Amino acid sequence: MFRRIDDAVRPAGITIWFEGQSLHAQAGDSLAAALLIHDAGAFRTTPVSGAPRAPYCLMGVCFDCLVEVDGVPNRQACMIEVRDGMQVRRQHGPAGVADDG
Amino acid sequence: MGGTAHDAIVVGGGLVGSAIALGLADAGLSVTLLDEGDVALRASRGNFGLVWVQGKGLPLDGYAPWTRRSSDLWPDFADRLTGETGREIDYQRQGGFHLCLNEEELQARALLIKRLHNQAGPDGYDCRVLDRDDLRQSLPGIGDAVVGGTFCPYDGCVNPLALLQALHAAGQKCGVTYLPGRRVDRIEGSGTCFAVRSGAEIHRADRLVLAAGLANRPLGAWIGLDVPVSPERGQVLVTERAQPWLDLPTTYVRQMKEGSVLLGDSHEDVGFDTGTTVAVTGDIATRALRTFPALAHLRVVRTWGALRVMTPDGCPVYDESDAHPGAYAVSCHSGVTLAAAHANVLAPAIADGSFRNIFAGFTGRRFDVSAH
Repeated sequence: MFRRIDDAVRPAGITIWFEGQSLHAQAGDSLAAALLIHDAGAFRTTPVSGAPRAPYCLMGVCFDCLVEVDGVPNRQACMIEVRDGMQVRRQHGPAGVADDG
Repeated sequence: MGGTAHDAIVVGGGLVGSAIALGLADAGLSVTLLDEGDVALRASRGNFGLVWVQGKGLPLDGYAPWTRRSSDLWPDFADRLTGETGREIDYQRQGGFHLCLNEEELQARALLIKRLHNQAGPDGYDCRVLDRDDLRQSLPGIGDAVVGGTFCPYDGCVNPLALLQALHAAGQKCGVTYLPGRRVDRIEGSGTCFAVRSGAEIHRADRLVLAAGLANRPLGAWIGLDVPVSPERGQVLVTERAQPWLDLPTTYVRQMKEGSVLLGDSHEDVGFDTGTTVAVTGDIATRALRTFPALAHLRVVRTWGALRVMTPDGCPVYDESDAHPGAYAVSCHSGVTLAAAHANVLAPAIADGSFRNIFAGFTGRRFDVSAH
């Protein structure tokens, strides 16, 4: 569904992990953009109704692109730059509060 | 002269005004509710949503039983609101805690509860002082800093924004005419009729209720009432939504049904400034973290400031004007807790004319300095 505007510009490729699968990304990508290019589908489900959500505003406002990044829940994928080896998972509903949450 | 005629006009569309308008409509009156709009200070949209009994009462004798009465009316009131409007308001009444972080606080709290027991007399004031081990039974997540606290089984909570929506919806179902964007510019009383001007409009009624929060002070002057209310700022922090973790509310940390955690209970005299400060939000967060260390896992997504409608003794001020009988001013900072009593007891007393006798103890004349 999404493709890069200018394929000629290719900074160094890096690898991120989404739900345990390796994905190719480019340095400087926002995490949201990197996942959208790979048709990652729903990024999260809402805490109240469980409805699926994907990035909407892509500028840090709507919080619909929340994912778990390196074990930290509810991170805004559109506000985070990809980093080699980053471990990303979908955010299922609300975050836990307890230490083991 | 012209103008739209009603049985009653309520000025103020917050929790207090909406509850009274609903109660007046229940009593069969045609009611118009004038709400100012987005520029209003709107304590109803910034509060913590506790339906709270413990700690309230002093120094006004009638206040503790009035609070308890509203608390007792709340379960049926909540059922009614949701039943009539379909709006869930997330009301619960399973008790609530006040937690203390040092011995001095705990002793002061215990003394307050003892005085309230004494004031309540044979009716009782069912609030218990608990040590840390007692507390851990119900609140396993408390931190080592918590030395004890108090528990009252009548305490509860509600979603205050949903409550406001439900009050508006229920009122309109019962015939209340809700008019937003109506700042009241002028009130004229002649005989038993009041003319309320808002811009080019004039609304007329033979009963007038001021429920405009801090604006009751300037509006009261039109009907010969000195309404002694002043702003007290509270700041609130709200976290991202989290899994259910805190079943029962405390005075300064509660979890909403939909998962977000509210942190609050600051008290500042800063005039009409509704802003937030790093110093106070930092203090609130620090206290909350010492109380519940696991909160460190959650991010704060928003903060806000709102102004409590404070009276000189912190208790409600209810008055009917001597100069203009039929004109009332209702002021309090507990619009959530007292909503059920305002709709079910206070409004009917306005409708049937018994207000002055029933609420004599709540008059603002208690603050007059006697000059003998």
